[in-house]
Formats: sequence, structure tokens, C-alpha cells
Amino acid sequence: MRDKEQLYVNHWYEDLYNCFSHFLQKIGSGVKTMSIFNRTKAEQSEDSAGSKHSGHISDYSEDFETAGKDNKDKSEIPEDSVVETITCSACKKEIPAEQMRKCLCVCPECGAHNKISAKRRMHSLVDPGTFRKLKCPVPFVDPLAYPDYKDKIEGLQDKTGLDEAVLLGMGEIEGHKAMIGVMGSEFLMASMGIAVGEKITHAFEIADKYKLPFIMFTASGGARMQEGILSLMQMAKTSAAAQRFGERGGLYVVALTHPTTGGVSASFAMLGDITIAEPDALIGFAGPRVIEQTIGQKLPAGFQRAEFQEEHGFVDQIVPRAEMREVLSQILRLHEKRRWPL
Amino acid sequence: MIRDIDERIQDIDKEIETESSKESDYAADVKIKELKSERKKLLKQCSNPTPADKVYLARHKNRPKVDDYINALFDDFFVQRGDALGREDKSILGGIATFHGVPVTVLGHRKGRNINENMEYNFGMPEPQGYRKAMRMMKQAEKFDRPIITFIDTPGAYPGLEAEENGQANAIAKNLAEMSALKVPVIAIVTGEGSSGGALAIGVANSVYMLENAVYSVLSPEGFASILWKDSSRSAEACDLMKLTAQDLKRFHVIDGIIPEPLGGAHHNPQKVYRELDNMLVAELTKYKKMSPNELARNRYEKFRHMDAAIIAKAKK
Repeated sequence: MRDKEQLYVNHWYEDLYNCFSHFLQKIGSGVKTMSIFNRTKAEQSEDSAGSKHSGHISDYSEDFETAGKDNKDKSEIPEDSVVETITCSACKKEIPAEQMRKCLCVCPECGAHNKISAKRRMHSLVDPGTFRKLKCPVPFVDPLAYPDYKDKIEGLQDKTGLDEAVLLGMGEIEGHKAMIGVMGSEFLMASMGIAVGEKITHAFEIADKYKLPFIMFTASGGARMQEGILSLMQMAKTSAAAQRFGERGGLYVVALTHPTTGGVSASFAMLGDITIAEPDALIGFAGPRVIEQTIGQKLPAGFQRAEFQEEHGFVDQIVPRAEMREVLSQILRLHEKRRWPL
Repeated sequence: MIRDIDERIQDIDKEIETESSKESDYAADVKIKELKSERKKLLKQCSNPTPADKVYLARHKNRPKVDDYINALFDDFFVQRGDALGREDKSILGGIATFHGVPVTVLGHRKGRNINENMEYNFGMPEPQGYRKAMRMMKQAEKFDRPIITFIDTPGAYPGLEAEENGQANAIAKNLAEMSALKVPVIAIVTGEGSSGGALAIGVANSVYMLENAVYSVLSPEGFASILWKDSSRSAEACDLMKLTAQDLKRFHVIDGIIPEPLGGAHHNPQKVYRELDNMLVAELTKYKKMSPNELARNRYEKFRHMDAAIIAKAKK
């Protein structure tokens, strides 16, 4: 209970600070504002880093791992592997692995947004050392007793360093705290089974608990066939959680990445207050192959791509990966102050 | 296979009809008697349908359809059309009616009974406008405090060019989210096949029932086999693996109850199914009458929030 009060006090203080500094700026350029309101960004972030050690940390540690803990895990940021070059999926050029990583897997030759692992993407988004993984262990569930399913999941856990197809946690983007989720297409096409649905639902609830905005990077082949009907039910569960989060005033931002299809596109991926997308990402309900089989004709070029979705009114903006952090920071900034009139 | 038995029964029914239309003589009477006793024997063999049998029965062309249920269970039906955003979708039939004198909103997937109707109603595969129309009706039901009853029977949402352009994913997602928060009771009944998000998009209900031989799954068995094994002809195998029968889903807590069907499927005695449905609806609506609008929304939210809790808890052990 005290933790919650502390949070509200902080919010109240921030609001007051925002209002007051705005007021001071308004009443005259000549007036020298008090030094406390003139802190540089560096000072501010130093402060917030400091506050982590001043009791604030206990607020979050019930639901989040300690910051940096996951970073020590060598699987957090993939080390330079034996591969020396990576082939761009679009232009097929061989790009030095080191260079590809620096560009966040955007091909320096043709600009194609190649797939990026969930951990690397998370790393590219948050301020260094601020990521704290959400605590939400979900045991392995196999409702259909699907042949070899357990081995497959365990193999992927070893290979990717993820416990399931979504990585969730709290982090700061240019100093703005947020709940951030990244789906990893390297984990069974980031299909949504019970674990993914449960984790995302839990993340909505925890984001609401701490009044954090929620940023979700979606990528998925859809519902996870291997878990049958219970995968389908995750669509209802996550959508209901998004709805409830919204009703309570939470800001939900969706970043659609390649590919977001099926049951994920038809649930929490399409429920954002703000929806942005990476260039050329495939976004749609039915897969292109199924549509072609159904209508018996080839699909036009660019069909279901991010630009197509923007044209049809389902995406606010297309944001290249290199600008993602900046744009998210802008969105968070624009929602920080919620009182009118100022 | 029930398919073979069912086809034989259909032949027998035709033969009986031709024999009875003839002038009555001793030979014809004997023939009819023989046919009837064969029919009875065949029907008895339908007692333990396999999952693949149920998929066949769930899709049976003579199975009662949404308009049959509306006619049988409700009075004073007023049809509503259009999503009020420029489009209409005939694959969803719905409107306002009364149930034992109480105004309700009813809607469901419409497949049609013959090939012409199938084509006209797109085989019960809605486009976004269908889901938006359904949502419009449900929002209105909430405004006027009417319970909502939905009938699910679809191979899935339509995977077409225009459907994608018009936001199929968006329409389904909005339905899931908004249905979860409705402040009136919602009762869903899977009457035939309930496949994928296209079924769930009108299925986020306080109580979900299934007919005994209906099936409900993440995808059609053909689609399942095609995705996992790249071979849609292995659908029979998929039926066994998918756990898509009412009995399986009851065990998973996905549904609340099963409506019994007559031997051989609902089409053998629809009246019996209507009576069972009527009893169930009366009992359910009586139960929800005691809940406040907020309690109804919370009840539905909690249902889907914790649907898999027991299975997760069991896996933890």
C-alpha cells in the first residue's frame, strides 16, 4: 500500500513540476527560473538513476527483475558468433555481420529491414542499464500432447535465450519509463500460445498497476497451432486486457513489425491508441498464400505491407528502425502531461 | 465412418418416400418396413462418433441453421442490416427479437442451405463489415439493456483481398476487445463449426455452449494440417489431435455446457435441440438477471482471463 502511495506522490510531484516550469517559462523570458527547474537532461537522468537506490527500487522489484541482471546473462545480447557475414533477405548481398548489427539489421546497401532478434531489439530501444525483465514465469503447457512439442520448446529456449516468444519488461526510452514488449520471431514464428498470452495479459495488468505506458512490438505468425483451442482463447484474453488497460487510461502503443499476421494481428496488435509500423512489414489477418488459394489469383505487389496498411487507414506512421527510439520517445513525451488546461 | 452411414440413411429416406408415394400394396408395405428397420439399425451405429465424424456432422447441409434457431426460439424478429459504415455482409444474420417476451439481440453466422444460398452468404465467412455489423448490434443491445445471444457456425473469417483492405484483423480485434466489456449478458452457442478468430469474434460471452456434435477449434482441421504438415489431406489425423469436440472443450473450461443432440445429429430431430436450447437460455438468463451491469462485464472478463488458469496450475506441479 505504501508503495502505491509513494508512486502517486511522485506523479503528483512531477505534475506540479511540469505545470510550474511551464508557468515560469510563460510569464517572461527575463525571469530567471530557479535552478531546480533548469536541470539538464543528464542531471535528470542521473537523479532517476539515483532514485533507484533510494527506496524506489522496492516499488518495482515485486514485479520486475533487477536492472542489468539480464544483461549479465550472455544470451542477452548475442555475442559475435562464428558467422562473419549476413545475407540481406531483400538484395541478397553479403554484409559483414558487425556492420549489420550496427545498423540494427537494416541492410546498409538496400535499406531492407531484416529480422532482428527480440533481445537485440530491446537493447536498441532502451536507455543502457534501464531494462528490468517482467517477472512472469509460465510453466510449459501441452494441452494437445502434441508430438515432440516439449523438445522443440526446450531447444528454442536454449538457442534463443528467451523463455518464450515474447520478451517483456520495464525500461526507459530517453528517460521515459514504459512497459515494453518485443515478440521474437526466432521463437516458433512468435506464435501465441498460453505462455505468450499469459505474459502479455500480465504485462497489461502490471503496466496498469504502476501507471506505465505500454509499448508492444508485434511480430507473429498467429495463434500457436500446437496448443489448439487454448491458443485461440489467448486472443480474447489479451484483447480484453488491452481494453481494460485502455478504459483505465493507459497509453498503449503498438509497433507492427514483419510479419504480424493471424491471431496476433486480430487481437492486441490492432488495439493500440497509437499504431506505428516498420517499413515493408507484412501486416494482415490471412496469410498471402491462403488468400491467393482462395481467390485464385496473384496478389498485387505491396499487398498487406505496412505502406498498404497506412494507405488504408490502419497505421498512424511508418517509422524506420533507426528512428524508432526517437519517435517512441516523442509519443511518450506527448502523453506525459495529461491535464487540461495547462 | 458416420459419413457412409449418413449417406445410406439419406438414400433410405428417399426410397421410403418413393415407396410411400406409390399406391399402397402389400409388397410396398413390406419394403417400407424393411427400410425402416434398416434405418433404425444404421442410426444405432451413430452412437459414438469420432472427432472426424463430428466435423462431418457439424458441417452437415441439413443441420439446423441460424435462421432455424431464430425462428424456433424467438418471436417478433426484426432483422438489422449493415455496419453503418457503408457496407453490408450477408454472412451474418441478426436483429432484435423477443425471448419469452423479453427483448434480446440475436445474431449468428449464416451459411445457407444450398449452393445458391452458400454463394450468396459466402459460406458463412464474414468480411470486416460483418463483424462491424455484429458489433453495432451488440452496442445497441447494451444501450437498450438487452441480453445478447449469438450462434456460431463458420469455417472462419473470409481470407479475401477486399477483406484485408477493409481491415479484417482490425474488425475482429475490436470485437474481441469490446465484447469483453459489454454490460449486458452475452450467451454464445457453437451450433456447427467454430473455426478460428472468425468464430471467436462473436464468441466472447459470459456463457459459451456447444451442441454435442459441434466443433470449435483454432483453425479448420484442413488448415491445421496444411500449416503444420504442409498437407491438408491429413485433416482426419488433425481431427484426432486437435481436441475440437464439445467434450474436450468442456474439459479445457473453454465452454460451460453441452446441448445434447439426437442420435445421428441435430438434423434428425431439430425440435429436441430447440427445446434443450430454450431450457438452457431460460436458466442462463435467469442467472444473469441477478447481476449488475458492471458485474456482468467483470464476470466475462474474469472468465477469459482465468480460462486456462487450471491448466497452467496443473502444469506447475
